[in-house]
Amino acid sequence: MSEPLHTLTLAELSRRLAAKQVTSEEVTRAFVERTRTVEPKVGAFLHRDEADTMAQARASDQRRAAGKSLGPLDGIPIGIKDVIAVKGQPLTAASKILQKYISPYDATVIEKLNAAGAVRWGRLNLDEFAMGSSTENSAYQTTSNPWDLTRIPGGSSGGSAACVSAGEAPAALGSDTGGSIRQPASLCGIVGLKPTYGLVSRYGLAAFASSLDQIGPMTRTTEDAALLMQVLAGHDHRDSTSLKQAVPDYTAALHAPAKKWKLGVPRDFFGNGLDPEVRASIEAAIKFYQGQGCEIVDIKLPHAELGLPVYYIIATAEASSNLARYDGIRYTHRSTKAADAVDIYFKSRAEGFGPEVKRRIILGTYVLSSGYYDAYYLRAQKVRTLIRRDFENAFQQVDAILTPTAPTPAFKRGEKSDDPLAMYLSDIYTISVNLAGLPGMSIPCGFTKSNLPIGLQLIGRPFAEADLLAMGRMFETAHDFHSRRATL
Amino acid sequence: MPQPSVDIDYVANLARIDLTAEEKTRFAAQLGDILAYFEKLNAVDVTGVEPMAHAFPVFNVLEEDVEQPGFTPAEALLNAPAQRDNQILVPKVVDDAS
Repeated sequence: MSEPLHTLTLAELSRRLAAKQVTSEEVTRAFVERTRTVEPKVGAFLHRDEADTMAQARASDQRRAAGKSLGPLDGIPIGIKDVIAVKGQPLTAASKILQKYISPYDATVIEKLNAAGAVRWGRLNLDEFAMGSSTENSAYQTTSNPWDLTRIPGGSSGGSAACVSAGEAPAALGSDTGGSIRQPASLCGIVGLKPTYGLVSRYGLAAFASSLDQIGPMTRTTEDAALLMQVLAGHDHRDSTSLKQAVPDYTAALHAPAKKWKLGVPRDFFGNGLDPEVRASIEAAIKFYQGQGCEIVDIKLPHAELGLPVYYIIATAEASSNLARYDGIRYTHRSTKAADAVDIYFKSRAEGFGPEVKRRIILGTYVLSSGYYDAYYLRAQKVRTLIRRDFENAFQQVDAILTPTAPTPAFKRGEKSDDPLAMYLSDIYTISVNLAGLPGMSIPCGFTKSNLPIGLQLIGRPFAEADLLAMGRMFETAHDFHSRRATL
Repeated sequence: MPQPSVDIDYVANLARIDLTAEEKTRFAAQLGDILAYFEKLNAVDVTGVEPMAHAFPVFNVLEEDVEQPGFTPAEALLNAPAQRDNQILVPKVVDDAS
């Protein structure tokens, strides 16, 4: 008996589509039906339009039959985090303030997926406006970790991670401001890649912290991540921070002869709060690379532990500015209780935003307010420079840096939901990567005794995505963690 | 760095959000904790360090002034909470002449 279609990787589905062993309609139906079966347990989707999805699949089959296939993603269903605009589809950002919003345009990454023939599949849950590390801040529903339904899937791209992990889609798009692709990928046992800042267009992404946000792929394997990156990466004139950088052939890099990389390990950073089972898996991964002939170098990132306060000053400051657009006037929820025009702002935002979003807007407003700007915001920007210099120094010695992705495996629902500081510590290993604008990838590197996934983070030089994918692939070919499936 | 305490009413007014009494109490305590945590940054010598606003700053992104397709009025108003005559409707913001 052959394995069900929903358990196959994107690359394998792509090969079978190209060989005309399956149709996109069959593939897409397999994921739609899998989703119907497991979604009551997982809760990854905020919205599904099955008829539209199946119509896209049939259109793909017609293209292929006519000899006009658009490439390896043609006919492959891809889940979309509900902060990325798809024309005619809802975009709630898991917030009540955008409950009725319908996107009037496509994000650049969606235009690119469309041009590659990919099938857009649903809207995936997240922490409201991508603010959180557990997806518990969604205004609509909680999402469960497929490996243990009493635990959170991570966040903010928790819906995307759970969807891929549960076999509801072979791949999904996430967004990452401080770890929101990598941390849920780690907690759900999949691959998550945050590209170099500026490599993937942010046009059509609901902004959280504009100097940190990046869209990236969440997949089962590095090969699948390479296929998606090939389509997502590239300059876009509609995002003024988008960089004019040549896009390499990521798949070719994966299949190039293995290199003996120099890999840095910042052991001072593996301090308090690192779960012993996570630590053991990371140490085993380091040993593996050493066994492959890679040189392991002890490095120091002296300012890395300051990443957390720097991040929460800069990200909340940017968020307080970005979220000013949700004013109840132009395209969001408008309160019916407002006394006058200005009161529309106060009441609509009070009714529309959830607690974490309010907390961060208040914090961000405070650190930017008169008298506090120099003490918090300006100082944080200076320490951001020091954090970046640490990485620049390290990359003079090494090709990549290895760390845990998250300090612990998936935690229980409700465990940290009203303790913001404890929740923020979930991102301790990922946030400095965003502050420095570097690429970072999480790959499955082990399981705890209670069968919860553990992720290894690989951090690279700017635009070294191809190297990271090759390093990840090296690990993947010798281990089976990425091919294990949660029992649902 | 200033004493970590937040005048919640003042900041909420700047942020244009009505907070309930319960939210004010809870946020004030939580933000106090978070700001105390931020004090770690005081230990760093940042003398002569340039602030960093962006990972890869790009300046003066210029484009040719070419006509591009844009939204129709219906698309632009798709999500307007209230509209009339192809415009977004808001309550009166100026007093009647007296």
